[in-house]
Amino acid sequence: MLEVDALSAGYGHVSVLHRISLRVAAGQSVCLIGANGAGKTTLLRCLAGLLRPSSGRILVEGNDIAGRSASARLDFGVTLVPEGRRVFAPMSVRENLEMGAFRRLWPRRDRRVEADMDAVFDMFPRLRERLNQPAGLLSGGEQQMLAIGRALMSRPRLLLLDEPSMGLAPRVVQDIFAIIRRLNQQGISILLAEQNANMALQSAAWGYVIAEGEIVREAESTSLAHDPIVRTAYLGL
Amino acid sequence: MVLARAKSDSLSSPPVEAVSRPQLRSPGRTAAILSDHRLLLIVWLTMLVVPFAAPNAYFVSLANMMLINLILIASLNLLMGYGGQISLGHAGFYGLGAYVSGVLGVKFGLGAWIGLPAAALLTGLAALLIGIPALRLRGLYLSMATLGWNAILVVMFNRLIDLTGGPNGLLGVRPFAFGRFALDTDARQFPLLWLVSLLVMLAILNLLRSGTGRALRAVATNELGADAVGIDSFRTKLLVFVLSAGMAGIAGSLYVHVNQFASPETFSVSNSILLVVMVAIGGSGLYWGPLFGALIFTAVPPLLLEYEDAELMLFGFAMLVVLIASPTGIAGLPAILRRWLASRRS
Repeated sequence: MLEVDALSAGYGHVSVLHRISLRVAAGQSVCLIGANGAGKTTLLRCLAGLLRPSSGRILVEGNDIAGRSASARLDFGVTLVPEGRRVFAPMSVRENLEMGAFRRLWPRRDRRVEADMDAVFDMFPRLRERLNQPAGLLSGGEQQMLAIGRALMSRPRLLLLDEPSMGLAPRVVQDIFAIIRRLNQQGISILLAEQNANMALQSAAWGYVIAEGEIVREAESTSLAHDPIVRTAYLGL
Repeated sequence: MVLARAKSDSLSSPPVEAVSRPQLRSPGRTAAILSDHRLLLIVWLTMLVVPFAAPNAYFVSLANMMLINLILIASLNLLMGYGGQISLGHAGFYGLGAYVSGVLGVKFGLGAWIGLPAAALLTGLAALLIGIPALRLRGLYLSMATLGWNAILVVMFNRLIDLTGGPNGLLGVRPFAFGRFALDTDARQFPLLWLVSLLVMLAILNLLRSGTGRALRAVATNELGADAVGIDSFRTKLLVFVLSAGMAGIAGSLYVHVNQFASPETFSVSNSILLVVMVAIGGSGLYWGPLFGALIFTAVPPLLLEYEDAELMLFGFAMLVVLIASPTGIAGLPAILRRWLASRRS
């Protein structure tokens, strides 16, 4: 599904990512764990097209999309659920979901959007209850659900999730991760960046550890969870 | 479709029977379109009585200025209220439109009907060139950049004396005319201003209802979120900056041919600031806000003519009062009253 090859990127003269390589197989769930400032968000922003990498390749189903715009990435089935949710606070829940299907509603309207919205409501019944409420009035967990729902409205094949557990109560984090697992079971490939290494390793099949802009370890999640260095540095054990 | 298979099981809370299944309305909200469009038509049809009911020509000339100011404030509201980009250069674009149209007439002998589209196009083009670097700046920095642009324009209006007439102003501008029938009285000018302002208000309404309008609202609230759903936020901002400036250019052209005169101080930075104030007092990001803003902007200065020095101070005071009582401006008052009544009833 996704193949990242020697990707480097940064902001202005500050380089953040140094020759990152990673893979997400079709239908696979992969997590990327690392401390604050390790480069997780920067990597996902490169993959979503919000930041132009300075070098390297990003292959999605064999197509190099490194030079493509953010909106073109959606056509390749790559959608980002950004860090901090980034819902449109004054817009209603419905309008937020419509924004997720923006390119399928304007200028010409794709009739299947309604069915997709129904499917999102079936997955997140709470959102249906709050249909006409401004997104800014939702709880943190509901906003995260809305951010995921909005991303689903673009019919992704690869979902990039940036820190979905951020600022949420443990119970809600469990719910969110259950959803992510279910999406993966439905066939959506997942790349999940998380500081909450424990939850991330439990839900993903494969894990990468990123530190100071470099991949320092990769393994099956179960074996990463038993890696002594990972245990002390990221799991706090 | 992957999502469709998820229908059977749901998470986090049991389905609520009482909640009706959402029927996705068309994204433009058909019901709302009709009411705002209808209201627009009603208000403009009502305005047609002005030339007949007005007690004197002076009143009609105020109505004319109000319509020009409306175009100016509504176009700034599009950029600032809906797009979240505060420009302190709007009076500069207004002036650019006025001088382009006026100079084309006075120095090159071109008629006002050519000046009007030329003003819109050249002002839009200037906004494109300025916007490409300036819109990379956010918040206050954008305001400062546009303020600088306005200051540069005022210097040019003052110094390019051969073209603009300098501080003495541009004299001898001819009015709009149909052959030998010149629109040289207030009552003759009114229908033209009525029509152009209606078209501008209609264009803004339709733009807001379009995908671009929705994208603009998304960009104003959350640029990163907008980018994540595939909206090019920079392009969206640039498009609206250009459109907004083009409309200011139209207002400028109307102004110069109606008054048959233009001078630099009308287009000063302090007037740009006043325009921002009028957007806020009327109701920033509310469609009907600029109508109130334009009424105040036009009606208050003649009333305060005797206290010329205090004008800005009184405007400032009025802004404080309005914005504390109704942070969403005058057009936001009904919603506030409704909420207040609802809370009293419960």
